[in-house]
Amino acid sequence: MAQIGTAGNQGPGIRSDCHITLELKNNGGIKINLTSKVDALYKKSIQDLATQILDFFRVEHAVLDINDRGALPFVLAARIEAAIKQVLETDAEFWLDLIPENKYQTEKDKTRRSRLYLPGNSPKLMLNAGIHQPDAVILDLEDSVAVDKKEEARLIVRNALRAINFYGAERMVRINQLPMGLEDLEHVVPHHVNLVLIPKCESAEQVLSVDQKITQILTEKQLNYPVYIMPIIESALGVIKAFEIASASQRVAALSIGLEDYTADLGTSRTLEGRESFFARNQLVNAAKAVGIQAIDSVFSDIADMDALRIVVLESKSLGFDGMGCIHPRQIKVIHGAFAPSEAEIEKAKKIVIAFEEATDKGLGVVSLGSKMIDPPVVKRALKTIAVALETGLLPEDWKEQIQK
Amino acid sequence: MATKFVKNAVGRMIPEEINGKPVIPFQGVHGYITEGARYAPPLPSCANYPKDGNKLVKDLKTALKESGIKSGMTISTHHHFRNGDLIANQIFQAASEMGLKDLVWFPSASFPCHEPMIEYLEDGTIHHIEGSMNGPLGRFASLGKMKGTGVLRSHGGRYQSVQDGEVVIDIAIIAAPTADPFGNANGLTGDSACGLLGFALGDSQYAHKVIVVTDNLVPFPCIPWQIQGNYVDYVVEIGQIGIPEKIISGTTRITRSPDRLFIADLTAKFCDEVGIIKDGFSFQAGAGGTSLAIGNYFGEIMREKGIKARFARGGSNQYLVDMLEEGLIDYILDGQTFDLAGVKSMRENPNHVNTSPFTSYNYHGKGNFAGLVDVVILGATEVDVNYNANVVTHSDGLLLHGIGGWQNCLFSKTVILPIPLFRDRIPIIRDEVTTICGPGELIDVIVTERGIAINPRRKDLLEKTRNSKLPIMTIEELKEEGEKICGVPEPVEFGERVIAAIKWVDGTVIDVVRQVLE
Repeated sequence: MAQIGTAGNQGPGIRSDCHITLELKNNGGIKINLTSKVDALYKKSIQDLATQILDFFRVEHAVLDINDRGALPFVLAARIEAAIKQVLETDAEFWLDLIPENKYQTEKDKTRRSRLYLPGNSPKLMLNAGIHQPDAVILDLEDSVAVDKKEEARLIVRNALRAINFYGAERMVRINQLPMGLEDLEHVVPHHVNLVLIPKCESAEQVLSVDQKITQILTEKQLNYPVYIMPIIESALGVIKAFEIASASQRVAALSIGLEDYTADLGTSRTLEGRESFFARNQLVNAAKAVGIQAIDSVFSDIADMDALRIVVLESKSLGFDGMGCIHPRQIKVIHGAFAPSEAEIEKAKKIVIAFEEATDKGLGVVSLGSKMIDPPVVKRALKTIAVALETGLLPEDWKEQIQK
Repeated sequence: MATKFVKNAVGRMIPEEINGKPVIPFQGVHGYITEGARYAPPLPSCANYPKDGNKLVKDLKTALKESGIKSGMTISTHHHFRNGDLIANQIFQAASEMGLKDLVWFPSASFPCHEPMIEYLEDGTIHHIEGSMNGPLGRFASLGKMKGTGVLRSHGGRYQSVQDGEVVIDIAIIAAPTADPFGNANGLTGDSACGLLGFALGDSQYAHKVIVVTDNLVPFPCIPWQIQGNYVDYVVEIGQIGIPEKIISGTTRITRSPDRLFIADLTAKFCDEVGIIKDGFSFQAGAGGTSLAIGNYFGEIMREKGIKARFARGGSNQYLVDMLEEGLIDYILDGQTFDLAGVKSMRENPNHVNTSPFTSYNYHGKGNFAGLVDVVILGATEVDVNYNANVVTHSDGLLLHGIGGWQNCLFSKTVILPIPLFRDRIPIIRDEVTTICGPGELIDVIVTERGIAINPRRKDLLEKTRNSKLPIMTIEELKEEGEKICGVPEPVEFGERVIAAIKWVDGTVIDVVRQVLE
């Protein structure tokens, strides 16, 4: 193994991150050289944390250079551990406390209008992601992480799952393509992740191998919380196999589509109108709905053009998609707005819900509205529409009383 | 003899003497009332000035000599060019060449472009600075390298100190984008137009000698005369006085940071919910990306409601000018233009009115404009659990910012500080701020991305938000949230030496800044 390990980011534009160099020595004990823009307030805290981690990995003689640009403890810890693992063969892992706020579970059919992509090796972008209230955050280990930073990113993502409060957003991780993605699971499944995205998914076998690995890790660690799977279809073959992928495992909560790679696979390029992906999107929605799960649309990459985004989201909704990816917090509000139920949808849902409640009160097994029978899935959908309308402030809490008036 | 320290009304230890002058410790808001008469400069006679009204001299150095410059004098400049000022450095270069020592520089603000002053502080030309010390100068002073002690004042406090004679300006040098040989001058026209010259107005009225420096000399009369030639001793024409494009500093554009936009949006929602944004209201959004974004959100709300503001206080910029032109604001009362759109508007739009610190902020005025403003949005580097706020030092003790109009604005009806809960790893809500610039009793609301804290003194605002969906928290809860993320900060050790005094708007000292240990 190497004698010197390095991790992290440095340079003038780097904030809330650090750069670590660790050189193993044969003698001389531990020497920590700390340069930090926050050393007036956190010098001792940083040194204590570094010492604790070196002790944990039984490093006895080393020079540790920390160039800190205001990194939070979870970042420092991940970077130091990453440097240690370049010079030391070890299976040990330095876990920070899991904050109690992160122990929540999510429902399989939870609202998933927006999910914000966060590059797995850029901790700064993760810190405030939750305040923008996306339905989900995706800590990304795949395309946004350079090949030589994959190991480091796993530790940042693991520590982020344990230490960052995302204020109720569903916590998703996009693993790498298999088989590397299976190794990623070791670093995310034990840390209360809610959902795992499988990129470039093309077969039921891939889903199954992820499913089995998740089950295996949860069993080994004696953990029992749900971990869902969202395969991302990004190729012509994947589109053809959408139904078998969607139905491969009970863990699959949604199918998603990645149009950049898909259009490249077709040998065409992505347009605003999206005619080139019309078939794929329809196929994907249809496959998802056939299994009773959600369909999630691709990201929209022009972060400055909110008007175009709104048009794209409205079309997405009309095709049957339930949500969309975001690459910038500003997109969240637009996406939520466009996926929100329309006035007509809310009005219809109100009538159905009231009819449903009346039927329940009277002990009737069948709900009817006027002369029309209402099927249970329609009732369920209406209840959901009302819930979303309440959640997004489109409907006042006391809407029923207002109707009575 | 060691300096004695006394505790002031906010509990800070204040030396009895600074730069050899006695100090009055802060005595509470409106706790200190001065008596006596205004200071007056020596009485001039027109007989002593050229009959043809031509006060031109050949260069700046000559003007300084003719003004009788000598060691120990106080020299003032203004900051309407912000980071594009070309004159201040030249003055002290000339003074250094003349072998002068121990001058006091009394700028209305300093900027990073004034880094060359460090040379004149080191060679003894300048004894100390009485004015803001931004960036490099602040760092220099913080490390205890300035011979004397810095004195920081608000814009209003600067006028107060000149008017009551606490500061006697020996020579005022006024860079003017347009002037005539008699000394009439304005900031509106010429290649270097910077809008107005309000910060230099008091200097022109109270300095013993006044030099106008211009790069656009016009025949008499220079109209309008924002600065009156009757106060002016000498006029100098030079190639260029300032770079107007550099008026635009990084703080005068709307932020693109999604986190800061979020805070701005939350602040605007808060103002709307508590009923501040109503027809005929008034507001001031200071410099700074978040504040500017809030002004913009105010605009959206006004448009939606079909209402307008009676006036907005500048610094003006493109966004505020657009609102004026759209009819969302009746008047801009402007203390300084933050960009060239502001300059143009002030020149062309009679509803865009120039003001000086006398009109808006002066402690010795018969009333205070600031109190007429419904809501003011300000920044801060730190706030403590008693709502005291700091705007000049960072948590590590480095003096890096000036006070500007910040203290003066605290007298508005509602003062809101929208700030991130932490910057990098530095939590913003502290048990005690490093330096108190504003007493908590004047600060009403702290808006962060993770919650809003309302000063318990503002029972009305607490009442109005009782059933609100806004994330209202106590300031202690906010502090705890920040420390949960960043960790509890360790106490910072400072040197013994006092490197700067922070004046309150009435001339008393509210806090001092101590040397930062290297």
